[in-house]
Amino acid sequence: MYIAQRLAIGVALLALVSVLVFAATQILPGDAASAILGRSATPAQKAIYRRQLGLDQPLPEQYWRWISHVLRGDLGRSVANQVPVTSFISARAGKSLVLALAALIVLLPVSVAFGVLAGIRRDRAVDHTISVTSLALIALPEFVTATFLIAFIAVALKWLPPTSIVETGGVLSNPTVLVLPVLTLCLTATPYVIRMVRSGVSETMSADYVQMARLSGIPERRVVWRHALRNAMAPTVQVLALTLQYLIGGIVIVETVFAYPGLGQGLVQAVIARDIPTVQGVAMLLAAVYIVINIVADVIVVLLIPKLRTSL
Amino acid sequence: MSAISVGRTLERRLAFTRSWLVRIGLVVLAFVLGVAFIGPYFAPYSPSVIPGIPFSPPSGTYWLGNDYLGEDVFSRVLSGGRTVILYGALATLLAYLVGGPIGLLAGYARSRVDGVLMRAMDVLLAFPPILFLLVVATGAGANIYALVIAIAIIHIPSIARILRAATMEISVRGYVEAAAARGDRTHVILRREILPNMWGPIVADGGPRFTVSILLVAAVNFLGLGVAPPTADWALMISENRAGITINAWSVVAPALMIALLTVSINLIADAIASGLGKSVDVEALRR
Repeated sequence: MYIAQRLAIGVALLALVSVLVFAATQILPGDAASAILGRSATPAQKAIYRRQLGLDQPLPEQYWRWISHVLRGDLGRSVANQVPVTSFISARAGKSLVLALAALIVLLPVSVAFGVLAGIRRDRAVDHTISVTSLALIALPEFVTATFLIAFIAVALKWLPPTSIVETGGVLSNPTVLVLPVLTLCLTATPYVIRMVRSGVSETMSADYVQMARLSGIPERRVVWRHALRNAMAPTVQVLALTLQYLIGGIVIVETVFAYPGLGQGLVQAVIARDIPTVQGVAMLLAAVYIVINIVADVIVVLLIPKLRTSL
Repeated sequence: MSAISVGRTLERRLAFTRSWLVRIGLVVLAFVLGVAFIGPYFAPYSPSVIPGIPFSPPSGTYWLGNDYLGEDVFSRVLSGGRTVILYGALATLLAYLVGGPIGLLAGYARSRVDGVLMRAMDVLLAFPPILFLLVVATGAGANIYALVIAIAIIHIPSIARILRAATMEISVRGYVEAAAARGDRTHVILRREILPNMWGPIVADGGPRFTVSILLVAAVNFLGLGVAPPTADWALMISENRAGITINAWSVVAPALMIALLTVSINLIADAIASGLGKSVDVEALRR
């Protein structure tokens, strides 16, 4: 019942998002036809182009045609290079997935460890150091972090290539191209996870049952591991979901900085070329993934916590 | 109001500057703002004149070397700060000007605006902000004003919701009900009785929001979708000169350093102000 309700909300949201994506790409004043064909294009050329894209029809009709094709899995053809948007996506999605998963695998254990450390040693020097460092790191844009990493690690020390252009053989056979993008994503997302874990742990550490466990003479180490952390880890699902959602936005910038040929870099190139069908397709896909992550996280939390389950 | 209580209020307001971290933040921010707003008058070259050879390393004439066209990097660093700060401030201001009244009205009148606000919030939360900006940039082209409006739109529902909650608390107080009973008009009540109580929430919420606006403006400028090339802009400089990082690293590292100092110092100060008001910086709003 709850799951069905959650799914229905998700579908409704996705429908609203599709209207937003469509409206933002089509309605705003800039005229896509002259932007793509250039200023020298004759009115006749522009008219042909508009008819090709269906831009001469009323907007609700255009939206209806677009969304009914999208629902059938047809995202149209890229204006820039005439390939179907679906094959554009399938050529790049895998690379983005590899990047996002690699970042996730590195950042989760590290940030949970730091978060727990800060939470247990609340208001001590370790906690302050971790908190201040994360407050600073969290305010850095990804492309600035990436610039520093490239300047030091790739240019000054010459340890790694400064860009992640993947030549033949795919990403997995050239794992070195992943190091700097993954590091950038981690440095940006880690402080955020640390702060969430820290507040969960420090809250649990001052809870009554933890005090009780301490007072009854249980060794501190055991109090931390058996009593406090077990409960503090309950919101992990949400932390994981929020991290995944961050990564969806994060890869757009990071892939562009490193010229990594994933979905994010493809999206930015499509935006610059004003390749409307490609932008719409990729944006819808990313928004759908974003919403699905939310739904899955909510459902898992409900399944994990018995109290929420019985109240349904 | 007596002099003593004025002194106390001021002291309380400045209490957040007691931490050494905040003092460093204030000094750094003053430096960055100085470079951004006074720097342009001291630039040795016009930021768009081409005096040197592309990507020459630093020398006595060109302190930070030359960029991808041969422009003077030092002059462009001095001239490139205004855009990101001003457009970030503009987006934040615009968001409050629209979101503020909506929030006050929704909180005071408890109307159907509530439902609309919640739905608007849900839709915007179903979307990474940068994705929204990319979609807008596709429709509007590389147009910084369209993107500033889009950044404001990203903030509006959450501003409205925060101020709505704060207004609901205030609007049941005696003096508000008294004003309503003596027949004051709604807009008068909102302006005279409720708005003066909103500065706390606005100040606590405004700092992180300004940081977010700056991050987003910097991101679109970096992607080449915001301000257009002859303009000197720290974020744009990083992407323009990326190709020459192995030849003249300063052409990218210097503007990157300025952006880093700007966003980190604002965030440190915002965090201190917010925790002085008993709130913590909403990190979720920063990185979503």
